[in-house]
Amino acid sequence: MKIRIKFKKYGVMKFIGHLDIMRYFQKAMRRADIDIAYSEGFSPHQIMSFAAPLGVGLTSDGEYLDIEVKSSKSSKESIVNLNNTMVDGIEILEYKRLPDTAKKSMSIVAAADYKVFYKENYESPYSVTEWQEKLKEFFTDRPEVLITKKTKKSEKVMDLKQLVYDFKILEEENRPVFYLNVCTGSTDNVKPELVLEAFYEYLNLSYDAFAFQIHRLDVYAKTEDGYVTLGSLGEDIE
Amino acid sequence: MSTKLALSDEILLTIDKPARYIGNELNMVKKDPKDVEIRFAMCFPDVYEIGMSHLGMQILYDMFNKRDDIYCERVFSPWPDLHKIMKEQKIPLFALESQEPLKKFDFIGITIQYEMCYTNILQILDLAQIPLFAKDRTKEDPIIIGGGPCTYNPEPLADFFDLFYIGEGETQYDKLFALYKEAKKKKWTREEFLRKAAQIPGIYVPSLYEVTYKEDGTILEMKPKYEDVPIKVEKQVVMDLTDAPYPEKPIVPFIKATQDRVVLEIQRGCIRGCRFCQAGMIYRPNREKNIEVLKKHAYEMLKNTGHEEISLSSLSSSDYSELEELVSFLIDNFKEKGVNISLPSLRIDAFSLDVMGKVQDIRKSSLTFAPEAGSQRLRDVINKGLTEEVILNGAGMAFEGGWQKVKLYFMLGLPTETTEDMRAIAELANKIAVRYYEIPKEQRNGKCQITISTSFFVPKPFTPFQWARMYDKDNYLGRAKTVNDAVKEQLNRKSIKYNWHEADVTVLEGIFARGDRRIGQALVKAYEKGCIFDAWSEFFDNSKWLETFEELGIDTDFYTMRERDREEVFPWDFIDAGVTKEFLLRQWDIAHEETVTPNCRMKCAGCGAMRYKGGVCYEDKN
Repeated sequence: MKIRIKFKKYGVMKFIGHLDIMRYFQKAMRRADIDIAYSEGFSPHQIMSFAAPLGVGLTSDGEYLDIEVKSSKSSKESIVNLNNTMVDGIEILEYKRLPDTAKKSMSIVAAADYKVFYKENYESPYSVTEWQEKLKEFFTDRPEVLITKKTKKSEKVMDLKQLVYDFKILEEENRPVFYLNVCTGSTDNVKPELVLEAFYEYLNLSYDAFAFQIHRLDVYAKTEDGYVTLGSLGEDIE
Repeated sequence: MSTKLALSDEILLTIDKPARYIGNELNMVKKDPKDVEIRFAMCFPDVYEIGMSHLGMQILYDMFNKRDDIYCERVFSPWPDLHKIMKEQKIPLFALESQEPLKKFDFIGITIQYEMCYTNILQILDLAQIPLFAKDRTKEDPIIIGGGPCTYNPEPLADFFDLFYIGEGETQYDKLFALYKEAKKKKWTREEFLRKAAQIPGIYVPSLYEVTYKEDGTILEMKPKYEDVPIKVEKQVVMDLTDAPYPEKPIVPFIKATQDRVVLEIQRGCIRGCRFCQAGMIYRPNREKNIEVLKKHAYEMLKNTGHEEISLSSLSSSDYSELEELVSFLIDNFKEKGVNISLPSLRIDAFSLDVMGKVQDIRKSSLTFAPEAGSQRLRDVINKGLTEEVILNGAGMAFEGGWQKVKLYFMLGLPTETTEDMRAIAELANKIAVRYYEIPKEQRNGKCQITISTSFFVPKPFTPFQWARMYDKDNYLGRAKTVNDAVKEQLNRKSIKYNWHEADVTVLEGIFARGDRRIGQALVKAYEKGCIFDAWSEFFDNSKWLETFEELGIDTDFYTMRERDREEVFPWDFIDAGVTKEFLLRQWDIAHEETVTPNCRMKCAGCGAMRYKGGVCYEDKN
């Protein structure tokens, strides 16, 4: 039976990288007595995969991992059992059964929502209204926003207009907060910091990665009904 | 609830592995520091992944935190990347749990497991902004206490510690804490507290002793400054190991520690009596833990950690009397749940091969033998009971069972070693290979792989070889070359690989292992020159050490190149480690006669440990 688990990652856990989070969950499954299935072979490993790795330094309200189990308690009980053995900074939100035909989350991830805000000890160079005007100029009103993404091997020119589905700036506690919905996945992937960096560059400002806290809100798959959260593809087990 | 971290996001996102410094791991103990009377920082002076793999620290962490009046936290050596930042920005070293500076604590307990961490101890004190020298500390500073195997000769570190705890931590800490609380209540001075602490068995207060030297540089006398300070400090031993505290909920690191598994201590001590081995002497008498308690611990610890592996811990697992039952229990109960079972320090025989065949992939795993010396003559000198016949039989059985990789461990520079003994290492490896190729071609799996590793022998206090001399770097490398040349002459040389250990670090380890108080100044000087993480070859800088000794006029040959006189007073003679000096001297003599001593179960050798009234000394010998 396939299960999709949604969890939050916050606080000091943002310093724990993706590989260590995987190890953390492997151990957590044993502690919570989840009847997880193992691969065949001499050194069997748990059947587990993550939707979209979250970088070190980022927090999230919507992380997903898929597991295969041999049997399962109800969603409610499983969530309680898992949460009883979580550290501060990881909280299980959902535990849902997927249809047997469901594809791995990793292969269907299409978009993600992010909220980006200034950390406490950093000031914004503009007021919210000013930011909103700049955004119109940089993004909303332009037919294309070309940027160059550098990887270890090559440089690639991308059009942010095709890959950033939504970009707005709101005011929260008198400070600007950036909301982005970006293309995510193994083929085209846009990180929010890339967008912000391009925005800063456009404004002739020097970008300081430490100034921002990037927070993922949720991850989406594209279906016939449009974009839906990965969690909504499963059903609660009663 | 979230703790304010001691390091900023800017720092944590710049350095390697920030998880080393944030705490918050599963099973970490959380208390409000305001609710306790004593704050204890438990320190392993090496990087987090090494320190978190140490069982003794987890035992004491658990034991201290079971008390409501103590909050025990952890601290490890900041890696050089963070070290630099902390020095530049003057960030005080902090404990992982509360993230608060160490200098606020009542105690800093430092476990001293190997000599090459000595400069890291100074690093800890320096970054914590605590005076390096005990004499410069005031009532504002924590009490610095050292423990662990290196405290069996604490003298090179005497200037930096207020106290040393000699022996197993389970026995005297309650007394020490009671005294500390009394001291706080009655507002004793630091000196008054230390003076009283010296009267607790096992507690050594270096500042209360005076050492005088002879003209030749050896010790004339070491004596207490006051009458109420004991002449001898007695090592502490837990006689009831079964009911001794054991952490049921060990901390589970986020990043992979060296020991990323449940560790089940099955016994303490060793019955074998290898003459080079310090652990085999200082942990006497051998004491086993009851098997039913071990089964319970195994179950609880796996449940509470979620680890996918369990490892048995002891100096010689095969000597645990109920090993077969324990191993079967672990396999029957946990193998199906995907738990690996790791069995280090097993003697290779039919039983162990059967078990290993069940718990590991034979094609990938290797057999390990530690003959320590190549020839039977030298194995008799060191009292390593392993014979060539046993090795070849074990290897033969293993090869027939499908194994093809063998690892062999030896030491070079052992007392009385000759060229023949060195060459015998290569010859033994060749004989093992010959045994492999005796198996018909169609039944074997290609070539066998035999890996020889040699380290250089360092004489340690409280061993029969504490009188032995060492050699210089070139001499050690010459010995390795002799082995290497001999390997190249072997018929099966293509199946044999040879690795040897660094030689300069061996010499330094030898200086510290049997050093005296005069070595302390060299540690400070070398630390000031930038020596830290000396145990890590990428950081070890021998030239800085050579410079240091040169500048201070310390003749290191005095510590390494001399065979000690039978009457010489050693810096560690003030410790009563259970084994008597007479016994060690007797062993030193019969080593030269190439005579083996039977193990403790076969025949008591009269080492002195019987006075603890338990363990193997009192087993029914039939």
